[in-house]
Amino acid sequence: MSQNTKNNTASSIITAMFRKQIFIPLAALLILALFNFIMDPSFFKITLGHNSNGDPLLSGNIISIIDYGSELAILAVGMTLVTAASRGQDISVGAAIAISGSVVLRVLCGTNSRPDELQAPIIVAFIISCFVAMACGAFNGVLVSVFKIQPMVATLILFTAGRSIAAWINNNELPVVTDSTFSVFGGYIPGIPIPTPFFIALACFVVIFLVLKFTTLGLYVQSVGINEETSRLNGLNPALIKFITYVILGLCVAVAGLIKVSRISSINYSVVAKDIEMDAILAVALGGNALGGGKFNISASILGAYVIQFLTTTLYKFQVQSDALPAYKAVVVILLVVLSAPIVREKIAALFRKLRPARAEQNG
Amino acid sequence: MKMNKLFAMAASMVLCSAVFAGCGTEGGSSSNSGKKSGDKLISVGIINNDPNESGYRTANVNDLKATFTKENGYDAQFAYSLKNEEQINYAQKYIQDEVDYLLLSAADTAGWDSVLKDAKDAGVKVILFDRTIDADESLYEASIVSDMNKEGETAVEWLKNQNLTSYDIIHLQGVMGSAAQKGRSGALTDTASKLNWNIVVEQTAEWNAEKAQQIVQSAIDSNQKFNVIYAENDDMAKGAVAALDRANISHGVGKDVIVMGFDCNKWALQELKAGNWNYDGQCNPFQSSYIVDIIKKLENGETLPQKTIIMDEKGFDASTITDADVEQYGI
Repeated sequence: MSQNTKNNTASSIITAMFRKQIFIPLAALLILALFNFIMDPSFFKITLGHNSNGDPLLSGNIISIIDYGSELAILAVGMTLVTAASRGQDISVGAAIAISGSVVLRVLCGTNSRPDELQAPIIVAFIISCFVAMACGAFNGVLVSVFKIQPMVATLILFTAGRSIAAWINNNELPVVTDSTFSVFGGYIPGIPIPTPFFIALACFVVIFLVLKFTTLGLYVQSVGINEETSRLNGLNPALIKFITYVILGLCVAVAGLIKVSRISSINYSVVAKDIEMDAILAVALGGNALGGGKFNISASILGAYVIQFLTTTLYKFQVQSDALPAYKAVVVILLVVLSAPIVREKIAALFRKLRPARAEQNG
Repeated sequence: MKMNKLFAMAASMVLCSAVFAGCGTEGGSSSNSGKKSGDKLISVGIINNDPNESGYRTANVNDLKATFTKENGYDAQFAYSLKNEEQINYAQKYIQDEVDYLLLSAADTAGWDSVLKDAKDAGVKVILFDRTIDADESLYEASIVSDMNKEGETAVEWLKNQNLTSYDIIHLQGVMGSAAQKGRSGALTDTASKLNWNIVVEQTAEWNAEKAQQIVQSAIDSNQKFNVIYAENDDMAKGAVAALDRANISHGVGKDVIVMGFDCNKWALQELKAGNWNYDGQCNPFQSSYIVDIIKKLENGETLPQKTIIMDEKGFDASTITDADVEQYGI
């Protein structure tokens, strides 16, 4: 009897899990991990070594994933909110990263593109870049919320112009920062063996969870996304809420931009954060969030972002041929997206429901 | 509803007037250029790719701007676009303006036949620089290009002369299918198969420093042994070096790993001078002196010995590079 109930609860947990939004990215992560474990268990090996300055640091594929996935995960947070509220995506985040990264370097380097010492404290440069990135977000936000332009069309403007603006900010020069303190944000804090981007991302997650927990932002975003008119009749200001989500995404862009330029202490306008907007949207979709807005789950998007990085690292690890790389990625993405489609999930859940009575009989 | 109609009417009127205004200015500029033939200035229309495209392009544009000035006897107009159709529109405008020379770095190889025929009929001489097009040779006077295959061969030849006991190479490729990638990859792939060099990793980092860093990191994480990094541009070499620094692998002159880059950015040549890298191959953006040479010959009525002119391109070795080289060739 007790066996029976245990089995029942177990399978109902499984059924419930299939319904849970976070199931998809979690399952994708497990499948990728399992694949790597079968092919080569050394994938998960983490070793403690030293860098050329003699500071200790951990290295291994898992460390690479939590390191290089950070920017994408941070962007996924903002992109989820934008998607939920405005029922569309911001495709200008890559270009906005180029702009905010340019601003950071411009402030740090002053008029000379290769200074021997920093011309301003890093924190000042970062705060200014935050304002600029938020202004970019506000620009998109106004177009979407006030002028009611389709998000993808509205953000197309900055998508096209952004990289030229970024180049213009630095007079078309390529600034290089030689000061080693600047590389901390994309590298390691001396003495701490875990990459800094991971901590920065963690801090962002904590902040957004606190905001969602202690303010009504999450609820408002969701209701505006589900039905703008009803939200308005209930006393919300849909335009303002959409606008706020774009500004929040702007802030995420600034943080991601800082990490990006810090990694190599320089910037290349035409390739920095290239195509990251597509990955960010994919992270939202992998997280099981409806791209048509409404309900959202930020942790699922974050997990989705790390799944994408996991996939990239796996492909590098197995040395997939250069020209075939996009094809492999496409196949995996198609599989993941199909699996996450509501119809497929219902079918799988139904399959488990069918299995349940059969198993109960066996046990009885 | 009524408002909408009114708005539509207003909009169409604005559009029409814009078209007429457009015609007006076109006419104006062509009459302007008529006057020019009286002066000694040679009028040139320069169509280039967007200067923000890369450091190479920026250097290229600055070089052209510094050469084709009024002081040097040129009346130059510049147009930039990364899109072929837009470039063709600019070309048509310059032909209408009756410029003497049309200098062209085409965004795409196809689609130029008809506009170049128009140029020929109008007596506008066309000189291609930096990029070739798929058009009949008779349609242009000359074409000044970099030979990407030769760039690759020079670099690989240099690598061969290092006489390493073994060659274990990480090959970081540019965007697949681009001319620079094809040329620089081709030489390495050929020689590697001929001399039994071991290519440990061959992957595209799409000219991106950070992707290059991830690829090299991944090779280090999976315990691959390598002693050469062949990066097809400076950015990727920089990313690779960042990964090496993290793993405490020494690189540069007389160290464990040889680092090779391309494009000769000034900061890259400084790395070379400091001995952190070993080799940097040039992709020469300074075509203006070649163009001026051709224009002078054509103005004097001379015939050109050949249509395709391949520029000199150097490869710099960390042990022989001088500060003067860094200043002169750094872009």
